Amino acid sequence: MTQPRELPIAGNGDVVLVRQHVRKVAVEVGLSLVDQTKVVTAASELARNALVHAGGGRVRIEIVHNGVRQGLRLAFSDEGPGIPDVQQALTEGWSTGNGLGLGLSGSRRLMDEFELVSEPGEGTVITVTKWAR
Amino acid sequence: MTISTTAAQRRIEDLLGSHEAQTLKRWQEISETPADELRELFLALRAAVGEGDFSDVRGLLADFSRSRARLGLPPAQTSRAVFGLKEAVYELVEADGDPEALRGYIWFSKLVDDLGLFTFETYSAAREKIIRDQAEQLLELSTPVVKLWEGIVAVPLIGTLDSARTQVVMEKLLQMLVETGSEHAVIDITGVPAVDTEVAQHLLKTVAAARLMGAECSISGISPQIAHTIVTLGIEFGDIVTKATLADALSHALQRSGVELRRESSARIAVKAERA
Ligand SMILES: Nc1ncnc2c1ncn2[C@@H]1O[C@H](COP(=O)(O)OP(=O)(O)O)[C@@H](O)[C@H]1O
Ligand SMILES: [Mg+2]
Repeated sequence: MTQPRELPIAGNGDVVLVRQHVRKVAVEVGLSLVDQTKVVTAASELARNALVHAGGGRVRIEIVHNGVRQGLRLAFSDEGPGIPDVQQALTEGWSTGNGLGLGLSGSRRLMDEFELVSEPGEGTVITVTKWAR
Repeated sequence: MTISTTAAQRRIEDLLGSHEAQTLKRWQEISETPADELRELFLALRAAVGEGDFSDVRGLLADFSRSRARLGLPPAQTSRAVFGLKEAVYELVEADGDPEALRGYIWFSKLVDDLGLFTFETYSAAREKIIRDQAEQLLELSTPVVKLWEGIVAVPLIGTLDSARTQVVMEKLLQMLVETGSEHAVIDITGVPAVDTEVAQHLLKTVAAARLMGAECSISGISPQIAHTIVTLGIEFGDIVTKATLADALSHALQRSGVELRRESSARIAVKAERA
């Protein structure tokens, strides 16, 4: 079984590598094709946010268990500016850049669990999990 | 620089002037570089040693190393061509025997070292640029825009879409619309494993730009899992025409351009039956 792995997010190439590794682990966990695509897309959103809004960060990718169920957990962390108003950031269409503003809110819906911890000036940690059905 | 021109340096300048043909010939032999490539450099260098201004020499050296980088000649050979001049001039100084010339040679040798390093640096920069250009060309090659029918172009996207590639696709598609005078474009994403908000934004912009140019742009090949994901993300494609397959999109575009499609297979069977 694939060991937990931490990947850097420092450039566009890294976002592609994160997506590829997440896809591989999603298959291993036994996610359906639809769920694989959802997790890969959420990973792409959160990795890109770390890159664009925080100047880079990293992601920890691991397989988790809950009784007999297996899941895939991704923890994105960065030391960027943090998110001052989390509710606002999670509002559909809200963007401080010129994106669609759907990455955070969309990722929350794409995953089963979503936890966002952010301290302005310290950085942001977003942990998401998808369970195999 | 002119102020610091010492008697020793002037000796070197004199030597280079009075032994032009001889030095050039030796330099050419040592560096294994064609004489015509070296002559211009030599003349510029001689003038620079007198005037103390090396910008012309640097300009020539930059051209020299860039053309060698383009030809794929090894970097060591390129800087050796420059360093070869030290040996040629040393022979001159030795034959001359004047201690003043020897002092001048130490200065000259440092100068050639600097110029050699400069050559190596421009060579590396030129190589890097060539590699970057090639990567860009590959990007272009991997995103062909094809003409499907008179007035209909399509771009089949395959593999991971990053923003650099989507940008290239968008530009090529718009350019192709102009070149072919097409009124319909199809972006086929059958081969794309995932569409995130950034890629979606690029697609939406492409469609909007195509519309501004008077063309209709549809998107085909949206797999069930990508459709699910796009809807969950909350991306709205608005009134953009989307089709399940490239074939559907083509038939839609044909219809819009007034081409009528009829199935003729049954008729053909009828013909066969008649003959039998
Ligand atoms: N890692 C992060 N660090 C700081 N700010 C962030 C981070 N992720 C998201 N944000 C903020 O939340 C907003 C909404 O994010 P998102 O929904 O992905 O939209 P978009 O990336 O298109 O702007 C961003 O515009 C940004 O202000
Ligand atoms: Mg985002």
